[in-house]
Amino acid sequence: MSGFKDTGHLFRFAGLFVLAFLVFLVVRHYIVPKSFGEYGHYRGAAMGEIAARPAKFAGHESCEGCHSDVQEVKMKGKHAHVNCEACHGALIERMPAAPQPAPSLYRRLIALVTPPMPVESPFVRHADDPGSVIPPLPDTAVLCVRCHTASAAKPKGFPQVVPADHSQGLACGSCHKPHDPGMNAGGAK
Amino acid sequence: MILLPAAAVAWKYVLAGTPESAPNYKMSDHWWGMLIDVSKCIGCGNCVRACQTENDVPDGFFRTWVERYHRSDWRMTNPKIITANPLVDPDVISPDGGKEGFPVATDESGEYFFVPKMCNHCSDSPCTQVCPVGATFISPDGVVLVDPTYCLGCAYCVQACPYGCRYVHPEKKVADKCTLCYHRITKGLTTACCEACPTGARQLADLKDPNDPIHEFLKTHSVQVLKPQMSTGAKAFYNDLDGSVR
Repeated sequence: MSGFKDTGHLFRFAGLFVLAFLVFLVVRHYIVPKSFGEYGHYRGAAMGEIAARPAKFAGHESCEGCHSDVQEVKMKGKHAHVNCEACHGALIERMPAAPQPAPSLYRRLIALVTPPMPVESPFVRHADDPGSVIPPLPDTAVLCVRCHTASAAKPKGFPQVVPADHSQGLACGSCHKPHDPGMNAGGAK
Repeated sequence: MILLPAAAVAWKYVLAGTPESAPNYKMSDHWWGMLIDVSKCIGCGNCVRACQTENDVPDGFFRTWVERYHRSDWRMTNPKIITANPLVDPDVISPDGGKEGFPVATDESGEYFFVPKMCNHCSDSPCTQVCPVGATFISPDGVVLVDPTYCLGCAYCVQACPYGCRYVHPEKKVADKCTLCYHRITKGLTTACCEACPTGARQLADLKDPNDPIHEFLKTHSVQVLKPQMSTGAKAFYNDLDGSVR
């Protein structure tokens, strides 16, 4: 005689539990991204996706590859340590956004639960394709005063002028050559 | 009906795997930080504009910004006396994050200085500890990142960051912050803010690189971090930082 009577319902319950656990494992296998937990409690692939974004500022090394003559001039002057894109900016332009096809019913249903990320149109860089983005010449009347306008807040050793008194309205580039701004820099670019 | 689309989206990332963006980059060889020399900053706003351009930061939000401090003569001669209103002295301004520079300061009294701010990429960061879904994390090379596809936009991390360096992106509705230009440093470039800084006030630092000048700089200068009492392991190192900086 066994002490266990009418134990069928326990086995049925245990069976259901095992089945539910197997379903959980199967669903988990498909739902949890493969790279989750690769490095820690996060999706390892996220780092690759973030790192894969294109850079907009090309870096001064890219500029110096073609503009070595400017680099030579710059290295002799007080702006030797100022990178090209500090003044010229990132020479990029957004391409016109490509027309998107109307989303399918399935995509629209997905959008109800997980709204899609905004799609960014690609851009082109002067460093990659010099003809695609024509760099405008920076206006020295605007550019130089950003750094060199006199202010009691700036470090005392930093060269500063009161533009109205210093140049009487003339653009800085009339007298100074931005790549080598010293007044003795004759013929500098 | 609710699970299916979510599963489909998850499946997309399962299939994607880890993209190989920089084949020669080895995460375990780096431990990134930033050196900020307050004595060199002129408040031109180049770094703020560069960051917004590089990272498509929406107007009115900032991954990095610059603050201008003004300590009065009284404050400087009585540094240990707590003023009735410490929010007034020192006077701190940051118009539009300092993006277009600062108004000319004509008051010669006291002392002024500019303090660039950004994510401190803490090695024991409060923001990653509070994320309920593992959307924000510290990468093996020491950069605090946000996985936008996992983030729920709950903004716990925004509240947890003691430095105010996070915001919820107004369009994407997910947490956003400085990535230390992860897409650049993994390709051998420096960050956009460092690239655009005309005075070298910002320097990207690799603490695992024995040849990085940061090591010599840390030895020979009085370098501090913001809010050291919070023990966040901040890796934004400030040179010549005034004690009044919050």
